Amino acid sequence: MASCTDLEEELVRDESVATPHEPEMSRRNFLTATTALTAALAVGLPHAADAQSTTASAPRMADLLLTINGKQQALPIDTRTTLLDLLRENLELTGSKKGCDHGQCGACTVLLNGRRVNSCLTLAVTLSGAEVTTIEGLGQPGNLHPAQQAFVDHDGFQCGYCTPGQINSAAALIDEFKRGELSQVSFETGKTDHPQATEREIKERMSGNICRCGAYPNIVAAVRALTMGGVA
Amino acid sequence: MNPFTYERAAAADTAIRAASSHGAKFLGGGTNLVDLMKYGVEHPTTLVDVNHLGMDQVTPTAAGGMFVGGSVRNSDLANNPAIVRNYPLLSHALLAGASPQLRNMATTAGNLLQRTRCYYFMDTAFPACNKREPGSGCAALNGFNRIHAVLGQTDEGAASPHTCIATNPSDMNVAMYALGAVVEVQGPKGKRSIAVADFHRLPGKNPELDTNLRPDELILGVTLPPATFAKNSWYLKVRDRQSYAFALVSVAAGLEMNGGTIKSAGLALGGVAHKPWQSKEAERALAGKPANRTTFMDAANVALTGAHGYKDNAFKVEMAKQTIVRALTLAAQGVQA
Amino acid sequence: MIQEQVTPHRQKQMDHRYDAVAKVTGTAQYAAEFTGPFPAKDVTYGYVVQSTIPNGTLLSINADAAEAASGVLAVLTPFNAPKLPVPPPNPPARRNLTVLQDATVSYNGQPIAVVVALSLAQAQYAASLLTIRYKQEPAKLEFRKHLAEARSPKQPGKEPAVNHRGDTTAAFAKASVVVEGTYVTPIQNHNPMEPHSTIAWWEGEKLNLYDSTQAISGVKQSIAKLFQIPVDFVRVQCPYTGGGFGSKGSMWSHVPLAALSARVVGKPVKLVLGREQMFGPVGARPSTVNRIKLGATSDGKLVAMQHDVVMNASVLEDFTEHSAGVTKMLYKSPAVSVTEKLVEQNLGVSTFQRAPGEAPGTAVLETAMDELAIRLNMDPLQLRLINYADTDPSQDRPFTSKNLKVAYQQAAARFGWSKRPTQAGTQIEGNNLIGYGMATATYPANRSAAQAVVRILPGGRAFVGSGTQDLGTGMYTMLAQTCADSLGGLDPATVQVKLGDSTLPKAPVSGGSQSTASVCPAVQDAAAQVILKLSELVALQTASPLFGKGSSELTAKDGRLVAKNNPALADSFASIVQRNGNIPVEAMGSAEKSEGADAYTSQSFGAVFAEVAVDKDTHMVEVRRIVATYDIGTLLNDKTGTNQLEGGIVWGVSFALHEETHIDPVYGRTVNENLAEYHVPVNADIGTLDVTVLNIADTKFNPLGARGIGEIGITGAAAAVGNAIFNATGKRVREFPITPDKIMTA
Repeated sequence: MASCTDLEEELVRDESVATPHEPEMSRRNFLTATTALTAALAVGLPHAADAQSTTASAPRMADLLLTINGKQQALPIDTRTTLLDLLRENLELTGSKKGCDHGQCGACTVLLNGRRVNSCLTLAVTLSGAEVTTIEGLGQPGNLHPAQQAFVDHDGFQCGYCTPGQINSAAALIDEFKRGELSQVSFETGKTDHPQATEREIKERMSGNICRCGAYPNIVAAVRALTMGGVA
Repeated sequence: MNPFTYERAAAADTAIRAASSHGAKFLGGGTNLVDLMKYGVEHPTTLVDVNHLGMDQVTPTAAGGMFVGGSVRNSDLANNPAIVRNYPLLSHALLAGASPQLRNMATTAGNLLQRTRCYYFMDTAFPACNKREPGSGCAALNGFNRIHAVLGQTDEGAASPHTCIATNPSDMNVAMYALGAVVEVQGPKGKRSIAVADFHRLPGKNPELDTNLRPDELILGVTLPPATFAKNSWYLKVRDRQSYAFALVSVAAGLEMNGGTIKSAGLALGGVAHKPWQSKEAERALAGKPANRTTFMDAANVALTGAHGYKDNAFKVEMAKQTIVRALTLAAQGVQA
Repeated sequence: MIQEQVTPHRQKQMDHRYDAVAKVTGTAQYAAEFTGPFPAKDVTYGYVVQSTIPNGTLLSINADAAEAASGVLAVLTPFNAPKLPVPPPNPPARRNLTVLQDATVSYNGQPIAVVVALSLAQAQYAASLLTIRYKQEPAKLEFRKHLAEARSPKQPGKEPAVNHRGDTTAAFAKASVVVEGTYVTPIQNHNPMEPHSTIAWWEGEKLNLYDSTQAISGVKQSIAKLFQIPVDFVRVQCPYTGGGFGSKGSMWSHVPLAALSARVVGKPVKLVLGREQMFGPVGARPSTVNRIKLGATSDGKLVAMQHDVVMNASVLEDFTEHSAGVTKMLYKSPAVSVTEKLVEQNLGVSTFQRAPGEAPGTAVLETAMDELAIRLNMDPLQLRLINYADTDPSQDRPFTSKNLKVAYQQAAARFGWSKRPTQAGTQIEGNNLIGYGMATATYPANRSAAQAVVRILPGGRAFVGSGTQDLGTGMYTMLAQTCADSLGGLDPATVQVKLGDSTLPKAPVSGGSQSTASVCPAVQDAAAQVILKLSELVALQTASPLFGKGSSELTAKDGRLVAKNNPALADSFASIVQRNGNIPVEAMGSAEKSEGADAYTSQSFGAVFAEVAVDKDTHMVEVRRIVATYDIGTLLNDKTGTNQLEGGIVWGVSFALHEETHIDPVYGRTVNENLAEYHVPVNADIGTLDVTVLNIADTKFNPLGARGIGEIGITGAAAAVGNAIFNATGKRVREFPITPDKIMTA
């Protein structure tokens, strides 16, 4: 039948004609050509000629003071920087994931002043004075947050890329239930006074986090265990 | 995203002054504006952050209604006890939209200003969109138009500078229409009140305009009139998956009942027009009638009068009717909240 | 090579996934997240610019403003990019790449330039400053309107495009019952959660890549060939892959574009595709239009099956989605005829997507079978049993193992199939119409050559390494378990595992559900070699109680070598290594397809039952529960294995109800190129899943008795849901996905 293993056959076939006997000249040509280009670019770059176009395109910088995982940070940032890019590209906090960059998948979910938000649509510059908790701050190897432990126990993931967002959502969801917050399911089931963490409620409230691997049954199991464990 | 200057406003009047400069925009939750800036659809040169103006309160009004501040988050509004008790339709609609994360960010004012999800508007690679590039035409008309309008659209052909078949994607707005909300705004010359039905526009000859709000006007909040549908209302949303999806068709239905008879009704549709589609005729057709299927079907037919669809969205006309009947049935049962 | 006849026993399973803690704490590093060995501050950002027309030629790209913009280091276009000696494409593995070597535009969204800047924001903004001029040509679009222009594939691969057995014309003429219909499956995009990501940097003439891929060895060879550098000059690392589903099984254009950019700017370049850039440049499952005709006797015996498929292909290269493949082999029918044809389109290249062939194939065939059962007024399960194939009818040879009948029985019993409403549209709960449906799942078992290394480290801990990948498939866990087990029963939690580095022994692409079945036997071999080496060492170690023993006298047990005839005589791995001067004891192992594999067909099967509730006013479908039992050989880890099978079912639900890539008919551009409008299931869409496996070892296939499980879950599930919708509503929707509007108007 059809299968991606076709790929393997192609590669094996290719290997037999592969590189040792390549004409050395073509490689040399490419490598020397690009080396020359690098040099040309280094010279040709318009560092000095920062005319009006560069001015228009220059980042508008702002000073940001915020607390991330309990640590206060003072940072000069380009106003365009999202919280997600700040975490991933500037602070090496890559546990927060970029899945869509448009608030459509939930992989970037972090806790902002204790509430879950999409960090990809949050401009960092708006966060002066705020407190952010990322997956790195929630718990660490050897010191797992109960939500992290529940995902380990119930195998609530496969590829792991949506996982930090799922776990931050799960941690926030516990507090939301405690506060008696509602979902559309609360209306559909007629339980709008402190709804219980039923399976249907959990599924609805975890629906802002897409898992393409389809580990939803295990994610629900993890969150159910969490809601029954009375986690703070 | 283009570089922009950021200002955090401390008071409404300074925010309004800052916004009067060319290329400035107010920033609320950012869930729509930042999204569109990333796609290159919006390119403000200044963002005026209006999240710190004290507009985050939900308070009773002297008239017996409620005032909702412009920066009240969708999740906070949906969970406000007075809203859940007296305006469950609004709470339900809010919770039918987006995701918990987005609802924690999105504001009341921002939701009023939410822009269309029309593919041809959101992707700048499409050359024709009268809303994004006035005068460029409408690529949706002959394109893939499953999510587009069947009521109130402007259709003068794909090349016309007026054609627009975009829809308003908000859930909150649909409930606001059924509830008869009033938008309170402030500009350089002072404050004014705009009935929500007059706040959004049909495309008419200016599809680039979504609302009648002027660029330097700030939404202070929304006034809800005294509750009439607290006991009998329902928000019903039809979509391609169970959650976290925009509506194909949605209906906000509120009924003021007197025994088995409808005293008054609020009825608005989402996903079918450039703005939430409130049918005053359908509301009148319901008033004074017994709450039964015949009445509801009559109202549905009235509401969809004049509707016409395209290659991919013609189904919306019948779907809207069925959804109206079901929403009114559920509202009449009084199971909400 | 180890003996293929080794009696399988169940490995000790890890309690949780090897990589679980790394994944829940955010410490697992994916390709775009590395900040060294280069200085982190040196990283620059590449952003791919895409065409906005479907067909034509680039006339010019004015990059003046972009190059002058703040932070911009380079703008690469077809007009200035270094020339590469691009080898001819060799589809389907070696793709026809678009790497700025010519000005041709073949689809809307094709890479046509790269902007490199100091930050992503700067690169993206500069891209918006480019002025691009094209000469447009008429584009080939709307393939459904051009089915008559379909042609046979130029490179059909292993599968002949036309395949017959028996005389279908005569058989249809004699059939008592004939059903015939056209079934359509849509274009789908893989959309792994982690976007395609590459960090490229050069060290002289050596190229390093962190790349999110299903095939580090494939990327290594492909890019070496493209840049004409020795294969050994390339290193590819990918310790974690954030999902792939086929879209990361080939090297696409963004990888060489990152490498080219890094060469030009002389710094590491990080290039991550935006979600919207994953609809076109990294492959898609093509749409298939399937004309299916089934003929049967009045008691349900199939006498003829005909399946003619037409699908879209890219003008760039042929790719065939073998959706007719299952029709040849799933049921015992004396006459079968299938054809597969392509219609060229100005679209991105089609490629493998989770269960290529079988996913759409079972979706359409198993829908047609349901229609046949209804026409015969027969239980759909009974129809499958009547036509059960004990041997592979397509190749007239036995299966290495097939126990589908047991799977049908078990799943049907757990589901309560006997309570099925025989009349469609008759089971009503309030406003919901309830329906039951079933279908057969199937996917071939594949194996390729693989290598692994096993090492006993100082202290006695074991290490296992292989150049394979873990896409969430549990490969780390499989390696740890197999290594622990093969070394005589170590605790798998103590084994150290490394994968995703091309300096490790070579393993195949993680695709075709073959990794476990291919790599684990290589680990078994390496472990056996390590035990042999330890035995040889200990025989010379005078301080050891095993001094002087021959290796045939020893066996490995619980981290020790033990004399077979006297279990009291033993020595620990740790001591042996210590006496070896703490030099690790290491061995390579390899495994290939079983000899004589061509005498058999190795194939997995399953039975899938679904219950749906369809709202009679909104026409929205709720999948309440799915019960499935799979015959996949031995399951090596219940937790990760069941998870993966369930994930496949989620894909089946998605296939049935949700996902479809919509192409604009005029511009040829994907309109729903985002996760808000390209619908995949959210948590609320998935009801209760009840998945079991038979756990009957297939030792003729490999010594583990385990066949792959990555893909079978999606097969059959879509048809089971669609058939349940018919049972609920009496409406047959023959075009996937089955959205509320289609049910309403059916």
